[in-house]
Amino acid sequence: MRFELVKRQQHSKLFSALSPFLALALTLVCGALIFATQGKSPVDGLYTYFVEPLLEVWSLHELAIKAAPLILIAVGLSVCFLSNNWNIGAEGQFIMGAIAGSILPVMFPTFQNGFVLPLMLIMGMLGGAAYAGIPALLKTRFGTNEILTSLMLVYVAQSFLDWLTRGPWRDPEGNNFPLTRRFHPDAVLPEVLPSSGSAHWGIVFAVVAAVLVWFMISRTVKGFEVRVLGASPRAGRFAGFSAKRMVFFAFLLSGALAGLAGISEAAGAIGYLQPVISPGYGFTAIIVAFLGRLNPLGIVAAGLVLALTYLGGEAAQISLGLSDKVARVFQGMLLFFVLGCDTLIHYRIRLVRDAVAARVS
Amino acid sequence: MLIAESILLTIATAATPLLLAAIGELVVERSGVLNLGVEGMMVMGAVCGFGAAALTGSPWIGMLAAILAGILFSLLFGFLTLSIATNQVATGLSLTLLGLGLSSMIGEAFVGSPGVKLPTLAQGIVEVPMIGSPIAGLLGTLSGIPVVGPLLFAQDPIFYISIALVVGVAWFLFRTRAGLVLRSVGDNHASAHALGTNVIGIRYLAVMFGGACAGLAGGHLSLVYTPQWVENMTAGRGWIALALVVFASWRPLRLLAGAYLFGAVSIGQLHAQALGLGIPTQLLSALPYLATVLVLVLISRNRRLTMMNTPASLGQPFVPDR
Repeated sequence: MRFELVKRQQHSKLFSALSPFLALALTLVCGALIFATQGKSPVDGLYTYFVEPLLEVWSLHELAIKAAPLILIAVGLSVCFLSNNWNIGAEGQFIMGAIAGSILPVMFPTFQNGFVLPLMLIMGMLGGAAYAGIPALLKTRFGTNEILTSLMLVYVAQSFLDWLTRGPWRDPEGNNFPLTRRFHPDAVLPEVLPSSGSAHWGIVFAVVAAVLVWFMISRTVKGFEVRVLGASPRAGRFAGFSAKRMVFFAFLLSGALAGLAGISEAAGAIGYLQPVISPGYGFTAIIVAFLGRLNPLGIVAAGLVLALTYLGGEAAQISLGLSDKVARVFQGMLLFFVLGCDTLIHYRIRLVRDAVAARVS
Repeated sequence: MLIAESILLTIATAATPLLLAAIGELVVERSGVLNLGVEGMMVMGAVCGFGAAALTGSPWIGMLAAILAGILFSLLFGFLTLSIATNQVATGLSLTLLGLGLSSMIGEAFVGSPGVKLPTLAQGIVEVPMIGSPIAGLLGTLSGIPVVGPLLFAQDPIFYISIALVVGVAWFLFRTRAGLVLRSVGDNHASAHALGTNVIGIRYLAVMFGGACAGLAGGHLSLVYTPQWVENMTAGRGWIALALVVFASWRPLRLLAGAYLFGAVSIGQLHAQALGLGIPTQLLSALPYLATVLVLVLISRNRRLTMMNTPASLGQPFVPDR
């Protein structure tokens, strides 16, 4: 007894819609097994992870805070992945965006007025885009593999932030803690609903970015170009599209969004810079992009799901004494199942009894 | 021991895991499969190797566990990309993400527990009855040769395995029929399939070999290089190994030069940090990654060389049609 793949004549609409849910269900089943191996009740575990964080207003705000960077980054990555550009260095672009955006409040703390915050956001986007421009330039100019260069630059960005916060940018009045000075009130990204909780404007940026990029991809010629060059570079060339310009477009756009996420996190959620500012948002966003089927609107939903795993991880650590590392296992498993289930969109699975039967049919 | 000797030794110790992971990935890529999960398999090898050694007290069992963990993890990748034809880039990435998460969960119990260091070849071989002690004596004498003596005769067994693997793979790929078949699968899977070659089967074997090598590399990290468990202790070495394969333009012997060059860079930056030259330590620790980018750019500038050696089917899924 074994199975074989049979190519479908057309994409299966059913499984296109169903595969993310199938993947989620499989992840939950495996999650229950993990809880059982850790000696916890699977029902309690899943409840703490995926239901409890949704029951209180403050934790919904936390959800929005965690989802904002994931959605912003993943929306940019969807353009990259659709056009077959493998930017996996969003974590570095996130950090560089946070650094570039923080130049004003850290180095010019006396410059305080209403222009500061908009300028910071713009500088954050420019910083992220410039950093993403490096692998794009190396790919178009020298043909260097963008997967490896963009990833290597993550380590460089992490070292750079570490150096800044322990060295030149350290707060002189901070008792030697490796932190920059706290951003002044004009440089802090305000809350969306100050009366109800702490969620800052990052989540609004994320939803707006998702809608804009969705419109671009599904309703404009540029979006058509993205999809054609991704599906078939040859066909794209015949249509007169430039693959090199697309590399820059995809990388700069995703870098800018990752940079915006970075400065929103620094100015909204944290309020200063420290040696580590991201629990791996740039990598988790890759999972978000695939779970959202590379569709910006799907990514909004997927971002909320992945944000829930972060919150659930914290909750399970407090109430069940479970390792917060379980959340990362969930995230990794989820991507596996998403990719596996996506096969059903293009193929049917047929069970065959043995090799002879396969040949006869 | 002279300073030069000890520096050479540490360079070899730093280069060995890179070399091991890279030689495995080289075989995988020669069969036409791009496995970006090297980092994940390596870190799983590191944690399972450390854990097994800590529980049993035997570093040898630890090494075996590291290899097994690498193989099992690679099979996960193999099933998805080979049996159900998922995107290799995305699947490899997810293998790395899952590996980093799973290893930190498994490893939580071992943080801070004392490590078990694998003995050197001479220390290990003494245990063998009859011939053991004379050989160990001989190794002891030979390692007295100035400069190269310790480098060649006083190392851990994994070092010798890594060199033997590189030479063995070079011989296998270019001097045997099976190696030719493996390369043909990587260069044109449709033709190989038409000739009756079992493309998927060969790719499975290659992926498992890659997993074993990455697992062993991880075991070397947690049982030889720094005998302890630290979360994310691979620190991007799996990715550097992937870059080394490109650097070597898929030729095994060139990996030696690449891995030792990177070993030298990472040891050099450690020594520079210790000397305190006034260079920020963060800049120094970023050096291996910057060097990787630089080397990739230099190598990819020569497009003809890259095109000539890149396996033509690299990264393309294969579904046999019937």
